[in-house]
Amino acid sequence: MVSDLKNEIIDIKKIRKDFPILKSTVHGKPLCYLDNAATTQKPMSVIDSISDYYKQKNSNIHRGVHFLSEAATKDYEGARTTIKNFINAASEKEIIFTRGTTESINLVANTFGRKFLGEGDEVIISEMEHHSNIVPWQILAEEKKFKLKVIPINDDGELLMEEFDRLLSPAVKLVSLIYVSNSIGTVNPVREVITKAHQKNIPVLIDAAQAVNHFPVDVKELDCDFLAFSGHKIYGPTGIGVLYGKENWLKQMPPYMGGGDMIASVSFEKTTFNELPYKFEAGTPDIAGAIGLGKAIEYITNIGLDKIAAYEAGLIEYTVGKLKEIEGVKILGNPAHRAGVVSFVVENIHPHDIGTFLDFEGVAVRTGHHCTQPVMDRYKIPATSRASFAFYNLKEEADILVNAVRKVIEVFK
Amino acid sequence: MDAELRELYQQVILDHNKSPRNYRAMEHHNHDAEGYNPLCGDKIRIYLYIEDERIKDISFQGSGCAISKASASIMSSILKGKTVEEAEQFFEKFHNLITGRLSDDPAREDLGKLAVFEGVKEFPARVKCASLAWHTMLSALKEEKEIVSTEHE
Ligand SMILES: Cc1ncc(COP(=O)(O)O)c(C=O)c1O
Repeated sequence: MVSDLKNEIIDIKKIRKDFPILKSTVHGKPLCYLDNAATTQKPMSVIDSISDYYKQKNSNIHRGVHFLSEAATKDYEGARTTIKNFINAASEKEIIFTRGTTESINLVANTFGRKFLGEGDEVIISEMEHHSNIVPWQILAEEKKFKLKVIPINDDGELLMEEFDRLLSPAVKLVSLIYVSNSIGTVNPVREVITKAHQKNIPVLIDAAQAVNHFPVDVKELDCDFLAFSGHKIYGPTGIGVLYGKENWLKQMPPYMGGGDMIASVSFEKTTFNELPYKFEAGTPDIAGAIGLGKAIEYITNIGLDKIAAYEAGLIEYTVGKLKEIEGVKILGNPAHRAGVVSFVVENIHPHDIGTFLDFEGVAVRTGHHCTQPVMDRYKIPATSRASFAFYNLKEEADILVNAVRKVIEVFK
Repeated sequence: MDAELRELYQQVILDHNKSPRNYRAMEHHNHDAEGYNPLCGDKIRIYLYIEDERIKDISFQGSGCAISKASASIMSSILKGKTVEEAEQFFEKFHNLITGRLSDDPAREDLGKLAVFEGVKEFPARVKCASLAWHTMLSALKEEKEIVSTEHE
């Protein structure tokens, strides 16, 4: 139940002060940022860590014996440890820095996929995947002649688990699944999916881009083989992300890109690759980005992911309830477990018109297909308006959204 | 409502959005084209019946925002009866208008009904919405077809 007590789960006043952008105004109205699924805002500690790195420690890592290089390496590797602890990985070897979820999935496709997928094989994804978990597999499927199988969803926006059971044939070599849908908000039963896949020795990749920012994610408990997420969706900088992989898989996989840092020795006759995780980190990485991501994770860990989940659940429930009261508003899906996202359509008003009107009320939402065109096709709509929440959002902001939607409807009457 | 927003969503635009003119499939057309805006998922199909270099009939169907629907509707009512050459000139004028490049154009006065789209230039993200129908019309002009009739399909 939503009660005003929810505001006491976390110290929202103090938290909002940590995010400088939340003080800004848009078209003369206070910013009401409800586009967190696209990217989240950054707390001061993250912003400071990036400028401090450039001001005080800028140098390349893993190369110099000099003071600055050692300091930068220590911070970069420290961030890796923070991430390892955050998702409860067995070791730092299992944490690979990438540019984001998209690159993490492409890395698995291009290394695991190239080695283990071939003609006659199958890869299972779902109807609610983000394009980044569809297209890399399609590209590779064309080359390697394997098939892509899709778990359908029901009207509520939930996976049809009977269909998944049916798809789990001996030909399946990988299941790659979104944890939380970025267009519907569904939290998928990934634990169950992983257990079922593992009973048939099929590895599972989880796209956790919209999960790690909303509730605790423990890779040991999930037992997933791979997990991908983006720094910028978890209050960190853009340009940095993570691929977690079980050491046993990573060891067997060929490198992704070739270059500096990923090698142990190079001669023109033979090159030996570096140990994990460096085998997958060719070239100079986004050092400042990794450090910033580490700080972001420290920030939310200090608040507590359990508390964040409880607070956001209250906000979401409140928003869904209020939007449902408006005549002509339809919410996309009705999943039993929802996190972060509420997508909706308004009768006879296109989402882009809604988006422009909301903007003038200071409300930032995303309108469009959210990189999930198969979901739009499934519901036979071209686009939705999507409000997505973070723990710094207020119940009052949900009210601003709801009132703004009512205003648009009035204008279009 | 905010003045800038009012300028974008003029009453005329809201009216055309609500009851678009020439919104139908045309059975006997000799030109058509489909326009798609991948960014917003907007789709439109334009039908033309051209005889002696003149647009005898024009209609459209599709889904889109108020700006794109009103744009298609107003375009269809302007172009009906115009020559192909005039249609191309209108396209030019319209495009300059919504991208804010019309200020010194001496032909400003004969914008007619198109003038309601001037507000679009303040919204760069919406220029594509306003111009989708026009681009589609241009490609339909170029794409000559056998006369198609749904009855014979
Ligand atoms: C569920 C999901 N997967 C993948 C991505 C892609 O993330 P990125 O663009 O940071 O690589 C997104 C971002 O929109 C997402 O929401």
